[in-house]
Amino acid sequence: MSKFDLKVNGKSHTVDVEPLTPLLYVLRNDLDLHGPKFGCGLGQCGACTVIINGVAVRSCITPVSSLASGGVKSEITTLEGLSQNGNLHPLQQAWIDEQVPQCGFCQNGQIMTAKAMLDKTPHPTDAQIRQTMNGVLCRCMSYNRVQMAIKRAAKVTA
Amino acid sequence: MSGMNTIPKQIEAALVTHRRGFLKSAGMLAVSFGAIGAAGVSAADAQPGPGPYTNPDFHQVDSWIVIHADNTATFSVGKTDLGQGTGTSFRQLMSDELDIAFEKTTCIMGRTDTTVDQVGSGGSTALERDAWPMRRVAAEARRVLLEMASKKFGVPVDQLAVSDGVVTVRGDSSKRVTYGELIGGKQFNVTLTGSNINAVTGQARTKTLPEFKYTGKSVQRDDIPGKVDGTTQWAVDVKLPGMVHARNVKPPFVGAKLTSIDEASVKNLPGFIKVLSKGNYVAVACEREEQAIAAARQLKTTWAKPATAPFPASEDLFKYMRTATPASTMRATVTGNPDAAFSGAAKVIEAEYEVPFQGHTSFAGAHAMADPSNGLMTVYSNDMKAYGLRRSVATFLGMPADRVRVIWMQGPQGFGRTAAEDAGCEAAWIAKELGRPVRVQWMRDEETAWDTKSPAFLVKMRGALDAAGNLVGYDYNARSCDHNHLGYNEPDTVLIAQLMGTRRATPAAGSSGSPSDEYAIPNRKESGDVVGLPALWETPLRTGNLRDPNGPQATFASESFIDEAAAAVKADPLEFRMRLLKADTKDGAEFRRARSIAVLKAVGEAYGWDARPSPKPVAKGEILTGRGIGYSFRGQTIAAQIIEVEVNRRTGHVWAKRIVCAQDTGLAVNPDNLRYTVECGLLHGLSRALYEEVRFDTEKVTSKDWISHPTLRHADVPEKLEVVLVNGDPNPGRPDLAPYGAGEASLKPTMAALANAIYDATGVRIRRIPLRADRVLAALKAAGVSL
Repeated sequence: MSKFDLKVNGKSHTVDVEPLTPLLYVLRNDLDLHGPKFGCGLGQCGACTVIINGVAVRSCITPVSSLASGGVKSEITTLEGLSQNGNLHPLQQAWIDEQVPQCGFCQNGQIMTAKAMLDKTPHPTDAQIRQTMNGVLCRCMSYNRVQMAIKRAAKVTA
Repeated sequence: MSGMNTIPKQIEAALVTHRRGFLKSAGMLAVSFGAIGAAGVSAADAQPGPGPYTNPDFHQVDSWIVIHADNTATFSVGKTDLGQGTGTSFRQLMSDELDIAFEKTTCIMGRTDTTVDQVGSGGSTALERDAWPMRRVAAEARRVLLEMASKKFGVPVDQLAVSDGVVTVRGDSSKRVTYGELIGGKQFNVTLTGSNINAVTGQARTKTLPEFKYTGKSVQRDDIPGKVDGTTQWAVDVKLPGMVHARNVKPPFVGAKLTSIDEASVKNLPGFIKVLSKGNYVAVACEREEQAIAAARQLKTTWAKPATAPFPASEDLFKYMRTATPASTMRATVTGNPDAAFSGAAKVIEAEYEVPFQGHTSFAGAHAMADPSNGLMTVYSNDMKAYGLRRSVATFLGMPADRVRVIWMQGPQGFGRTAAEDAGCEAAWIAKELGRPVRVQWMRDEETAWDTKSPAFLVKMRGALDAAGNLVGYDYNARSCDHNHLGYNEPDTVLIAQLMGTRRATPAAGSSGSPSDEYAIPNRKESGDVVGLPALWETPLRTGNLRDPNGPQATFASESFIDEAAAAVKADPLEFRMRLLKADTKDGAEFRRARSIAVLKAVGEAYGWDARPSPKPVAKGEILTGRGIGYSFRGQTIAAQIIEVEVNRRTGHVWAKRIVCAQDTGLAVNPDNLRYTVECGLLHGLSRALYEEVRFDTEKVTSKDWISHPTLRHADVPEKLEVVLVNGDPNPGRPDLAPYGAGEASLKPTMAALANAIYDATGVRIRRIPLRADRVLAALKAAGVSL
C-alpha cells in the first residue's frame, strides 16, 4: 500500500492503497463519492467518467498512481462536485427539465462527458455532440433526450 | 460480527421516493434525513424491528397508506420501478384517489419487510393491473377519512368537500380539518376484502377521468433529481460495517468440472480472506473491491473438459436448429382450412427468418449486498421481483422465509435479467459462509457472457394469395432454441445452484412465440417447436425472459412476411395491412382490431405516407433511402412504427434517420413519461435489430463486452423521432378509460419495420437479424446493388 494525495471536488484527501488501484474504487469506496459507477471496468461504456484537469476520463482504467506524478495534484471533479452553493449545474437542470434518465445508471457518464465538452466547446454542433458522446453508452436508450438536454444547457450557459 | 442487521440511515431515507422534494417544500433542506424520519410519525416507513419479518398484511389499509400529522402521506407498494417512472405514476393515481396534494406524498417500493407482496415488476403490468389495488385502497382511505370528518362536524358525508387533504363543510368555511388532524400518527385499522392482492378492495368507488387532478398530467418523475445530482442511493452503493467484497471465478469453458483450486496462488495477496467453493461454483472474498477483482483473476484453478461439445458454434446454430429433434411441440392453432387455401391459391410465397440469441446485457453486471447479522439475512438488490428473491434466498440457504428480507434499490435496467437474478443468492451464500456482510458484483465479461439470453428463433412462413391479391392462407411455424427456459428467482435454476450441482428434475419447456396482429386472414395456422442445445445446465446460453419475450423474434418474421406478401402483389404495405384489418370481422378481437386500425392510420398520417408498392426503383448514388412499417400488439397495447432508412451501398451501414411510432396505451397516466418509455423501447428494438447477437464457439460464449456484443450508440439516434399517443377506443370519451401496459410494446415491431425499410430502399430482403453493416453489404453484393 502507498499513500496518495488527491484533490477531489476542491477538497484534499490522502488515501492508502495499492498504486495500481483504479481511481473508481478509491472514489466510491474510500471517499464515498458514488456518482461515478462501475459499468464495464474496460473503459468502454463511460459510467465511471470523472473530469480530471478539464478532461473527461474513465476512472475505471485510471490507476490512482497516475494522478500524483511530479508532486502536482490533479484536479478531479465528480458528479457530486458539479453543483455550486446548492445550485445545480445548468447541465443537471437541463437533465431534469428534459426528464432524461430512465434507469439513470449511465447518466453520470453522460453528464460528465457533456460537461467536459461544453467547457471546451460551448456551442457544439449536432455532429460534434454525437461524435463526442458516442463512446458513452446507455442501455435504456436515453440518447435522444441526452442530446436535447445538452443543447438546452448550451443555450443557458451561452 | 459487528452488524446489527439494521439498514444504514442514509439508505433507509433514500428508500422513500420524493422525500427530498418533501424537504424542499417544507423549507428544511439543510436538515438531515434521519432527523426528518424521527420527526414524522410513521408506521410504514419506521425502522422495522430486528426480525423476524412477517409479510405485511395486504388486507389492512395501514399496510399501504400512512398519513402523518403534518398532512402528508406515505404510500407503500409492492412494485419496483425499473426506470420507466411507474413510482411517480403510482403517486399520481393514489394522490387522486385519496384527494391529497401530490407534492405532499412519498412512496416506498419493493422492500419485503414493509411493503405488501405485489411480486415486483414485469410484464408491463404496473399501471394496467397492479395500480388498481393501490387505487382502491386509497379511495377507501378517503372514504374512511370523510366518515371521521362527518362524525367530528356532525354533518352527513355528502355535505363535506375535500381538496388536497383538507376537509371542509360546504357553506361553513369555519369548519375545516386536515387528514393529518383526523388521523395523523394513528392507524386506520380498516380491513379490506378480496381473495388476493389484485382483488383487494374496500367499499369506496374509484374515480373516473373527469375527477382526476394529477392523473393524465406530465408530472416530473420524482427519482430523476437524485440520479442527476448523485444523491440517489443505488443497490451498488450500500456500505455496511465489516463488509467485504467477493468476485466469482467462472468455468473457463461450458460443462467444465472443477478439479483443483490452488489457494496458494492468491493467499498472499493483500486483503485476501478466503476462496469459497462448492461443486463448480468458485468465488474469492477480499477486504477491498480491487483486491477481490485481482484475486479472482489470479486464482489458479484446473477444470476437466466435458466429453462432448455443449453447443454448436454460433455460425452453425441455425443449421443445428433445423435438424435438432424438438424437445416439445406447441399445439397448432388453426382457423379455417389452411390446406385448402394453399392448394387453391393463385400464388404461394414462402420465407424463412432467423433471429439469434441476444443477451440482456444490462449496463452493469449482477450485484447484491447481503448482511447475515443476527442469524437473519438482509439482501440489498435491484432484483425487479424482490419478493421472489426473498423466497429464493430463503430456500437456497435453507432459512425460514421470515428470517430473510430483500430491500429493493435502484439499479441498471436489465430488461428481465434481474428476475432471474444471480448475485442475490451468491452474496447471501458467501455472507452466511463468512459471517460478514458481502457485496458481490459481476464483471463485464462475466455478465455479457453468462447473463440470461433471449432464445434464438427460426421461423418458416407461407402465404397463399388469391387472384385478386388477397392473403387468404397463412402459416407460421417457429422453432425456438429455448428448452430449459429459466423462470423467476428459482432457487433450483439460479446459476449458483446449477454450478453447485442442484438441478430440477424436469427442464422448463420453453416456448416458440406467435405473431401478434389482428389480421382477419380466413385460413390461418400457427405452430411451433422448441429445441434444446446439448448442454442444458451450467451454460451461458441459458434462456430467460428478455423484454417482450419472443415478441421481437416472432414479429420480425410475421411483419416482414406481410410486407413480402404485399410486395408479391405489388400492393402498398400500409394499405395491404389495412385491408387485412377488416373492421366488420366478428371473432372476439373487435376491440383490439378497431384500435389497430386507428393506430395504423395515425402513424401513416404523422409520417406523411404516400401509397406505393415496395421496393422503390433503386436510385443512383451511395445512399439509398426507403421506408418500412411494422405493427403489433402486446396485451391491449397497439404499436405501429414507420422507419425511414439510409442504406450506404458502399459500406452496408444502415441509419434509421426518422422513426414515427404511434401507440394506443389507453389512458396515459403521465403522457410525457409514456412517450419516453415508448421511445426508449423502440430504440432498444432498433439496437437489437441492428447490432445484438450472442457469439460463441463450441466451448464458450465469445461475445463478452461492448465491442463483441455491441449496442446502439449516440451516433445511431434518428434525426427525427416522433411518438404519437393514440386513443383508438371505439368510445374515446369514456370516463373509465383504463391504462394498458407500456414497458414492452414498442420494441416488438421494430426489427421488421427496419428490414422492411431496407427492402424498400434496396430491393434486397434480409431475413436474418442483426442487420449489421457486413451482413447488409453481403446481401447488397449478392443482389448486385452494392457500389
